[in-house]
Amino acid sequence: MLNRGWKMKNTLKHQSTRVGYGEGLVELGKHNKNVYVLSADLTESTHSQEFKDLFPDQFVQIGVSEQSLAGIGAGMALTGKTVFLSSYAAFSPGRNWEQIRTTVCLQKTNVKVIGSHAGVSVGPDGATHQMTEDIALMRVLPNMIVLVPCDAIEARKATIMIGKKKGPAYIRLDRNSAPIFTTESTPFEIGKAQVLRKGKDVAIIGCGPILYECLLAAEELSKLGIEARIINNASVKPIDEATIIKAARECGAIVTAEDAQIAGGMGSAVCELLGEACPVPIERIGLQDTFGQSGTADELLEHYKLTAPWIVKAVQKVIKKK
Amino acid sequence: MPPVRDIKQLSEKKLFALEARAQEIRADILKMLQHAGSGHSAGSLGMADIFTALYFHVLVHNPKQPNWKDRDRLILSCGHIAPVRYATMAHAGYFPKNELLTLRKFGSRLQGHPELNRFVGFETTSGPLGDGVAQAVGMAYVAKKEKLPYHTYCVMSDGELQTGITWESALFAGRNVLHNMTWIIDRNNIQIDGYTEDIMPIEPLVQKFEAFNFHVIEIDGHNIRDMVDACAYAQSIFEQPTVIIAHTTPGKGVDFMEFEPIWHGKPPKDQAELKRALISLRTLNGKIEHGE
Repeated sequence: MLNRGWKMKNTLKHQSTRVGYGEGLVELGKHNKNVYVLSADLTESTHSQEFKDLFPDQFVQIGVSEQSLAGIGAGMALTGKTVFLSSYAAFSPGRNWEQIRTTVCLQKTNVKVIGSHAGVSVGPDGATHQMTEDIALMRVLPNMIVLVPCDAIEARKATIMIGKKKGPAYIRLDRNSAPIFTTESTPFEIGKAQVLRKGKDVAIIGCGPILYECLLAAEELSKLGIEARIINNASVKPIDEATIIKAARECGAIVTAEDAQIAGGMGSAVCELLGEACPVPIERIGLQDTFGQSGTADELLEHYKLTAPWIVKAVQKVIKKK
Repeated sequence: MPPVRDIKQLSEKKLFALEARAQEIRADILKMLQHAGSGHSAGSLGMADIFTALYFHVLVHNPKQPNWKDRDRLILSCGHIAPVRYATMAHAGYFPKNELLTLRKFGSRLQGHPELNRFVGFETTSGPLGDGVAQAVGMAYVAKKEKLPYHTYCVMSDGELQTGITWESALFAGRNVLHNMTWIIDRNNIQIDGYTEDIMPIEPLVQKFEAFNFHVIEIDGHNIRDMVDACAYAQSIFEQPTVIIAHTTPGKGVDFMEFEPIWHGKPPKDQAELKRALISLRTLNGKIEHGE
């Protein structure tokens, strides 16, 4: 399931999930002339450049115009194209939420919203560019698929998968280079959560690169005699109800982890599900109703308590409530 | 270069027929809105001549095959005047006229604002202003690039020119020289809160569009011949997209509705008011006699 050497962080290849997106696009472009990438003046930093170089006829520059990015993309999709919108999450879906709601989701057009530079791990750019509300914004829209890949390999798989599936989708990407700890053969499915580590004392449900911290936390917890089940909930919507309910039943306590606002985020989705189906004590790791700031990714992840030691503490806390 | 649509000149006979048709469509709009109990009267009545010209002369389309791939695309961006399009489409044979009275009712495909997945012939879901404009641009872009035969028309309101997405879309259309697209602006000078030039002036409009690399044609939006000629002329412009600024009278044909912003967003309130409106319409605002 995981890369064999996943525990040795320093020897692991580090890449951001946006790199995986760029690779996925190229893969799609090779096989499908109807795949179009629309960029809102952020071609290089969203890793759409290689696609542009290889398939210039399928690349459209929109400029700093995120609202029309969505609308024009929807119009193109109505003519039969598969359209990817490349921008930063703070602007798309941050600035064009209504256009995504009306022209993409309500209309069920074949448009993929790609929000790069999500989370405080964006680093020095500061709070304006660290999008932490995107999961909440996209999750609430009917017909929308919401995927949060945990590393570059998973991001590539997610990109290819939604490129082949008709209808609206959102992929959340990161700027920061993070360890690649899954492999080509690690399963990835829309609507399916993957159990990365077995355990029955607590389940830690994460999405995005923070999952690596969850795995490190599980190693620490094991030393303390606590066996944590680690679940990759990359498919925030549709959510894998069965795997999560099973985890709640068998473990009796849950910790969720994401580099996003806890309000409305992936952890909220887990709470909504379990509140109705199987209430158990839950702790949520994420932004606690606050914005980010400038700093290195490591400094910010530590400051906002998004690292393994804080996940360990959350587990210790939630287990006491069992 | 994509093929050009050949729009023939109107004969006198057909012009009279279309003018009469537009009046019938207005009557249907009033009935629909009164029955629905809510909806937008002024813009719907004001655009009846334009929609009649489009569906009965300008557009290449087939009411029996609303999904025909080569049909001209007509996007109604200001979705709130959907009643005029529904009524015109019923007259053109897309669906039975008796369905018009289901407007805004539960289970009807005639939604208050157009929704593509419920009503195929509408091309887009639009209503939030500017969204249809951007979608029209996306369709025209693909059509130009792939040399597809259809022309893309987008009808929009003047209030819609206050939203950013419209001008974002205009930038894109100008840059990509989308000459296979024609925008038609319902320049009726009213919006919900009052007169456009009081709320947030959009003039000088001609210069604005010229600055955005559009070819601009101004017409009397109630002159069907003007409208047909403008659309034909737009076909011959290859250097720019065309915008037709159609000066219209909001509430056209009903004396107590004309030019009154309060009628932007409300219907005739009861049968009596509907009757007054229909009499006004049928007597050309009292200029000719009527027998009720």
